[in-house]
Amino acid sequence: MKKELLRISNLVTSFRINGQYYAAVDNVSINVNENEVFAIVGESGCGKSALALSIMNLHNKAYTKVEGNVYFNNQDLLSLSVNELNKIRGKDIGMIFQDPLTALNPLMKVGAQIEESLGYHTPLSKEEKKKRALELLEGVGIQSPSLTYDQFPHELSGGMRQRAMIAIALACKPSLVIADEPTTALDVTIQAQILDLLKKLQKEMKSGIILITHDLGVVAEMADRVAVMYAGQVVETADVHEIFNNPMHPYTRSLLASVPNSSASSSDNSRLHVIQGMVPSLVKMKREGCRFSTRTPWIEAKYHEENPTYHEVSPGHIVLCSCYKNFHFNKGKGM
Amino acid sequence: MPLLEVKDLKVHYPIRGGILGRTQGYVKAVDGVTFSIESGETLGLVGESGSGKSTTGKAIIGLARITSGHILFDGEDITKYVGKNHSPYRRGVQMIFQDAYSSLNPKKRVLDIIAEPLRNFEKFSAKEEKKKVDELLDIVGMSPETSIKYPFEFSGGQRQRIGIARAMALKPRLIIADEPVSALDLSVQAQVLNFMKDIQDQFKLSYLFVSHDLGVVEHMCSNISIMHKGRFVEKGKKENIYNNPQHIYTKRLIAAIPDIDPSKREKMQIFRDKVAEEYKEKYKDYYTSDNRVYDLKKISDNHYVALP
Repeated sequence: MKKELLRISNLVTSFRINGQYYAAVDNVSINVNENEVFAIVGESGCGKSALALSIMNLHNKAYTKVEGNVYFNNQDLLSLSVNELNKIRGKDIGMIFQDPLTALNPLMKVGAQIEESLGYHTPLSKEEKKKRALELLEGVGIQSPSLTYDQFPHELSGGMRQRAMIAIALACKPSLVIADEPTTALDVTIQAQILDLLKKLQKEMKSGIILITHDLGVVAEMADRVAVMYAGQVVETADVHEIFNNPMHPYTRSLLASVPNSSASSSDNSRLHVIQGMVPSLVKMKREGCRFSTRTPWIEAKYHEENPTYHEVSPGHIVLCSCYKNFHFNKGKGM
Repeated sequence: MPLLEVKDLKVHYPIRGGILGRTQGYVKAVDGVTFSIESGETLGLVGESGSGKSTTGKAIIGLARITSGHILFDGEDITKYVGKNHSPYRRGVQMIFQDAYSSLNPKKRVLDIIAEPLRNFEKFSAKEEKKKVDELLDIVGMSPETSIKYPFEFSGGQRQRIGIARAMALKPRLIIADEPVSALDLSVQAQVLNFMKDIQDQFKLSYLFVSHDLGVVEHMCSNISIMHKGRFVEKGKKENIYNNPQHIYTKRLIAAIPDIDPSKREKMQIFRDKVAEEYKEKYKDYYTSDNRVYDLKKISDNHYVALP
C-alpha cells in the first residue's frame, strides 16, 4: 500500500461573476500517493487549473471562494495563514507553470531566482546556495550551468526556460510537484526531452507529481493514475492502462475517440468523432443531474441518475453516474 | 497539371546593423523549397518552430516577400502578382490563420468580416451580399442570426469557423491553413478537421496544411513535407514518411510524438533514446559543414530525402 501524500476532499472553488458565485471546481475529491504521477485531464474550462491553484491556495481571495479540505502532511492547507503557507510553497510543494516566460521574473538572473527559493527555505550560506543552484541546473540538463546561472530568462530558449523553471520548482526537493501544462508551449522534440527529464527526476526523488494537461499523449507517456474532469467534476478516475484500454464514462470514451491517431483511424476518409454541443460556460453550466447528458441526447434520460454518485467498477476505477452502463456512440451523427 | 507549383522558393530577411543600417547578413527563413499541390489534394508542411513552414505559406499568399523562386498557379507563372491586390490569383488562394482571436477584427460584425472579400471582388447589393453571407454561414454550420454578432460572442471553435467562412467567400481553389487547430481543444479540433474535410470534398479544395502536430497532419494529409532550417529534409507519401523515415531529423520528430498507448511506454523510451543517440552521432552525415540541409534525393517513387 502506497503512502498517501495529498488528499483533497469535497473541494469547491467558486468564482464571483456579476455578484454571484459559480463553482468552477465542484465537489472534487482525489488523493495522490507518494512516488506517483497523477494526471488530471480535461478540456479548457473544465476546472483543472482552478483545482491546481486551489491546492496551493493561490487564488485571488477578492473574487474566489475555496471550500473543502486539502490535506497535506496531516494539515489542511486551506486553513493555514499566508505565512504558514509560504513555508510550504516551494519547499514541500513545487509548482511548474505552463508559460515560463511569464512565470519567471524577467529582471532577475536565473541563478538568483533559484537561490531565492533556497534562501527562503534553507539555512545554506551564499557559496552553498550557488553550488546547489549549479547542481540543479546541471540536473535539469542545461549544457553549461555556470553560463546559464548568469543569464536572464529572455536570453534562453523556450525549452531552456522550462528547464530553469523545473530547477526552481525542485530546488528544495519538494515531496509534491504540481505541473500545470508543463510542455504545452513547447515543440514535440523539446516536449519529449522535458517529459523524460520529469520522469527521471521523479524516480530519483520519489516525489508525487500532479500533472495537469489536455494532451492525452502526454498522459499515456507519464501518468500512473488519471482523473478525467468535465464541467468542474471528476467523471472518472483509474489506473492509466484502465483509462486508455477500458474507458467507461461517456466523456472519456468520446474524448479518446476524437484523437487523430493512426491506430484509431487508419483509413484515409475516416472522420473523427465529434462531441455534440459545446463545453458549457461557467455561468450556464447545468448543475443538477449528469452534466454530460446534454451532449449525448440519444441516451435516454432514465439511464442517468438524478443525483449522480460514484461507482467503483473495478478496484481503483471509479466512474460518475450510472449512464456509462448504457452508453453507445451515435452512429453517423457528427457535427 | 498541378494546381500550385512552387519552384526553388527563397525568403531571406536581411539583418541590418551598424550606424548606417547596412545589411550584414541574411536570415534564410525559407531557403530553396520546391513542391506542387494537385487539385483536391492536401499537402502537409511539418516542422518545429523556426523551421520556415509558416513563412512558406505566407510567401505563397503574398504576406512575406519572395526573395527568389517561382510560383505557378494553374500552370501560369504568377510570381509577380503574388503581393498585388485584386489579382485573379488573390481570389483563388485564401488563408486560414492559427489564432482566430486576433485574425478577426473585434470591431466588425460577422457580416462585415465575411463580406469583406466579397466587397473587394464583387459588386453585390446589400441584399445579395446578405444572402451570400448566410449561405457561407450555412456551409460552416452556423445560423444566419450570427451575422449581426461580434467575434467576442463566439467560442474558439466557432471563431475558427467564421475564419473558414471568410476564406471560402470567393470560392478559392487553394486554402493555406496555418496551424488551424493548434489553439483548439480536442473535441473542437475534431469538429474543425472533419468540417475542413467535408468542404474539401464538396468544393474540390486543395489545402496547404501547415502544422507542427504530426497526429493531425497524418489524419488530414496524403502527402507530407518535413521542414528544417528553411529546407525540406524529407517529402513523400505519408506512409513512407511515417513508416519508413530516412532522414535523421524526421526520425527524431516521429520518435518524439507521445504514444497514446500506455503499454508501449518503455518501448517508446528505448526507441527515443536510440534515436537521440543516433541524432547526435550522425548529425554530420545529414547536414553540410555550414549546417545546411542537403538537396532532396529520390529514393523511391513518392519518397525524397535530403542526403549528400
